[in-house]
Amino acid sequence: MNLYKYASPATFYPLAGKLIPWFAIPAAVLFAVGLYVGFFVAPTDFQQGDAYRIMFIHVPAAWMGMFLYVLMAFYAGIGWAFNARLSSMMASSLAVTGALFTALSLITGAFWGKPTWGTWWVWDARMTSTLILLFLYIGFISLQSAIDDPRRSDRAGAVLALVGVINVPIIYFSVQWWNTLHQGATIRILNKPTVAPPMLAAMLILLAACWLYSIAVVLIRLRCIILEREQNAAWVTEGAA
Amino acid sequence: MNWSEFLSMGGYGFYVWGSYLTALILLGGEVMLLRRRKSTLRKRNGNGPR
Repeated sequence: MNLYKYASPATFYPLAGKLIPWFAIPAAVLFAVGLYVGFFVAPTDFQQGDAYRIMFIHVPAAWMGMFLYVLMAFYAGIGWAFNARLSSMMASSLAVTGALFTALSLITGAFWGKPTWGTWWVWDARMTSTLILLFLYIGFISLQSAIDDPRRSDRAGAVLALVGVINVPIIYFSVQWWNTLHQGATIRILNKPTVAPPMLAAMLILLAACWLYSIAVVLIRLRCIILEREQNAAWVTEGAA
Repeated sequence: MNWSEFLSMGGYGFYVWGSYLTALILLGGEVMLLRRRKSTLRKRNGNGPR
């Protein structure tokens, strides 16, 4: 089997269509399970009360915002380097979902900060760099939509996305490099986590749900982008009434 | 645990439900807009690719 043939939008389009339910259905199930564990199994925190339940969505949203940015920059870079248009379309598709998760992490963070810190927002290093991440996404999307020629808009977007990657480690390490109001990492790969198992479980299940959700919506949007960009190609117009 | 106790979230109800409502609006909105985009394309392409 020649895997390279799937780099062609015409062959990838039906494959993506078949893949979508395999991500969308488990995503819906895991959202339900994660919310159940988060609200009915996880106990009330003795310090933060029930406000900490915001973390079950805040932490996965923040992680997704960063992961999807790196993924977007990767695909944009591949598309630019190898002139692979499907890769560039993938980057455009990832941008919207990444921006949504970043916005969600900022809003849920504000909802947590108000009762816990007494403020919706402070200009601390992590929050400011996350806001910059949102602006990078918005910049990428608007730059692409401002340029009509798809090849030029892909290239311009790739430059912006790749330069902006530097912001992701800044977000990640900001809590160590600077004295921030935002707390440090609670979940580390090597150390034993410092949260109760059901709390950790709820967060990880919702993280998995967010991943599956992202893959499903990114594929759906990718299929739309393919049809929009290839609207004059024979394989699209063939069946048209 | 009764429902009003559950909804009040120990006094943090506004913040907790505000967060989850935002998540629902953003993600649900994304899915809705994508569905609309897809059906517009489907109409335009007739019996085109599925």
